[in-house]
Amino acid sequence: MRITSRRRGTTVVAATGALAAITALALSGCGDRADSTAEPGATATSTSCIDTSGDTIKLGFLNSLTGGMAISEKTVSNVLHMAADEINADGGILGKKIEYVQEDGATDWPTFAEKTDKLLTQDCVGAIFGGWTSSSRKAVKPVVEENNGLFFYPVQYEGLESSPNIYYTGATTNQQILPAMDFLASQGVKTLFLAGSDYVFPRTANAIIKLYAAELGIKIVGEEYVPLDKDDWTTQVAKIAEAKPDFIFNTINGSSNVGFIKAYYDAGLTPATTPIISVSIAEEEAPSMGHEVTGNYASWNYFQSIESPANAKFIEDWKAYPGSSGVTSDPMEAAYISLYLYKALVEKADSFEVDDINAAAAAGGITIDAPEGPVALDGENHHISKVGHIGKINADNQFDIVWSSDAPIEPDPYLKKSDWFPADVRDALVAAAG
Amino acid sequence: MTKVRPWLPLIGIGVFAVLLLLVVPATLSMHWINNLGKYCCLAMAAVGIGLAWGRGGMLVLGQGVFFGLGAYCMAMHLTLETAGPGRLPTFMILYDPLGDLPAFWEPFRSELFTLLAIAFLPAIVASVLGYALFKRRVKGAYFAILSQALAVALAVLISSTIRETGGDTGLSDFKYFFGFTLSDDTNKLMVYAIAASLLIVCLLVAWQLRRSRLGELLVATRDAEERVRFLGYDPADVKLVAYVVAAVMAGVGGAMFVPIVGIITPAELGASASILMIAGVALGGRASLFGPALGAIAVGWGQSSLGSTWPGGWVYVLGLLFILVTLFIPGGLASVFSRVWSVRRRPRPAPVAVPEVVLR
Repeated sequence: MRITSRRRGTTVVAATGALAAITALALSGCGDRADSTAEPGATATSTSCIDTSGDTIKLGFLNSLTGGMAISEKTVSNVLHMAADEINADGGILGKKIEYVQEDGATDWPTFAEKTDKLLTQDCVGAIFGGWTSSSRKAVKPVVEENNGLFFYPVQYEGLESSPNIYYTGATTNQQILPAMDFLASQGVKTLFLAGSDYVFPRTANAIIKLYAAELGIKIVGEEYVPLDKDDWTTQVAKIAEAKPDFIFNTINGSSNVGFIKAYYDAGLTPATTPIISVSIAEEEAPSMGHEVTGNYASWNYFQSIESPANAKFIEDWKAYPGSSGVTSDPMEAAYISLYLYKALVEKADSFEVDDINAAAAAGGITIDAPEGPVALDGENHHISKVGHIGKINADNQFDIVWSSDAPIEPDPYLKKSDWFPADVRDALVAAAG
Repeated sequence: MTKVRPWLPLIGIGVFAVLLLLVVPATLSMHWINNLGKYCCLAMAAVGIGLAWGRGGMLVLGQGVFFGLGAYCMAMHLTLETAGPGRLPTFMILYDPLGDLPAFWEPFRSELFTLLAIAFLPAIVASVLGYALFKRRVKGAYFAILSQALAVALAVLISSTIRETGGDTGLSDFKYFFGFTLSDDTNKLMVYAIAASLLIVCLLVAWQLRRSRLGELLVATRDAEERVRFLGYDPADVKLVAYVVAAVMAGVGGAMFVPIVGIITPAELGASASILMIAGVALGGRASLFGPALGAIAVGWGQSSLGSTWPGGWVYVLGLLFILVTLFIPGGLASVFSRVWSVRRRPRPAPVAVPEVVLR
């Protein structure tokens, strides 16, 4: 290069001096080194700032109101508002009305982390409710743990996780995925194809499905993934048509399902020959698939078709609620009961403090008469018991329940009761979770 | 103006440093200090864009690539540090219970390697790419599209290699930062101070580069590349230096983003993230020294606060601002201040140095 620098000695010296001064300033305020604290992962430096002096209690709702997941999460946000209104009309929690702070996660995982921090440290909320994708939960988890806050997560997920600061009101693997596999085995299914979105939930769920399929004698004839934001499934479905499986296990999430269903029918596949069992298509999604999906299956713990007084009231209230979509679904119901679970916990603890609430949970005996049926909280892993149901989609895009587990299934996120799950993997995960 | 009072910007940088390093920690809550730290990281990338685009006329629509390279280098190290010696990161156990650590992860156990990689990986990629493009005289819209496509390609690559990189979910749950526990408030303040200091350093480097002969050649190349060539200089070399400096600044910004925000995902380096970086620079004033950094901080702040009170509306506000600024004050908000300044200082208003045509 033929660029020669003019003499700038003085400025270079000045710049270096300033840099050194700034760096010294930056490093002067060093805090704890990792080795100086006894148990670094578990230490929470911030103290709770939950304000209980007034006649209201602040709660945070964190849902994606914009971005790709808004279509699903807006409904969860809305049903949380309905639950809050109901509880307020009924006298509130410990005599305090709920004052909610709604935040937008914007389908962006760092935003979920930032807003969680804001809700806990700026708004000083008693608990946060929301999230949908496992990615959003994984973004929130370190922040609630660090600030010793509470997060209520309402969607079925891949399990292998538990946190003292998170309560899971959706199903874990042994309450949704494993019952679906049991159902397939009971139907005499011999070959299975796995189709999923390319992110944490489908990948992990399929890793578990493969292990359990080997146990049940079901052969996995293929496994395909497409990114969450991509809709073109043509080449992957062609592989399914070629493999001719007895059933397709669908762990695709969101609008990518529309592309999958289109490719499925375009390839000449039908529910009569190659039915699909889904874990993310519910009453809300079924009508918007762009094609009749009648005859396909889904595994959930709640269906609108469940007959119970609690469910009848839930459906009626929801249909009358402003902004209602008119149908109810599993994640909505889990979000609805998450607020009631918080209420039950606070009332049992007689306190809004997180440690008191966790102590009340650990003492056991928390049950709720939920629309899905009576559910009990496991005080140790913070999940709830649930009945597993398999529904078959009918012409009205509702689900006819064709199979149910005998009794509510106890939550087992780390699959401790499943001896086919490799113990060393479980130990490694438990160790990594702290 | 730099001709008249060459030390004036240095005083500005000094005031900025006092604000960031002394006033902010004393007045703001930890939440906003942390947020400001995040904006500082984006501002570092913005200072680089100011050099490459504002001074050099290269419309770098894909700075997310370098931001992402720096960020993922740091994130891989912090992930391994959290997992502990000889252990796999949690997400790898989830997806592939019996797999091994991919070979390219292994060197990131080393702190020194990580620090070197943060600076040199973006520099190497930018050098190779820049050399190939500038020597072939790829410029204008072609260069912009190419750099944008690269950002998209990197985001797709990371999304689709979930077992190796964490995919769309990204990397998160970091417990330590080079031996310091990240949950400690004093340590958070330190991480913020490092980010703020690095932003000051970026501004100093940019200031020095602007005053140097290289800086003058850069502006000359932007405004009349052929004339620079006739004068005996190779414009490709001039552009390459600015491009590599911008890449390193973005990489360092990305690296500091990780311990501050606590998570990195491909969305933070893809097309829309890269465009958001450009938007801040354009609003602030791409050709000025402080414009890009202040613009980036303003856009970050707007996203955090307006996004809370008015979800969804913020994007429209930003879009509208972008259109208005481009139409009426193409030099950005900084040009308004410098115009007012020059009117006050001099009997006749000086012409404002604004590149009239960037997309040629």
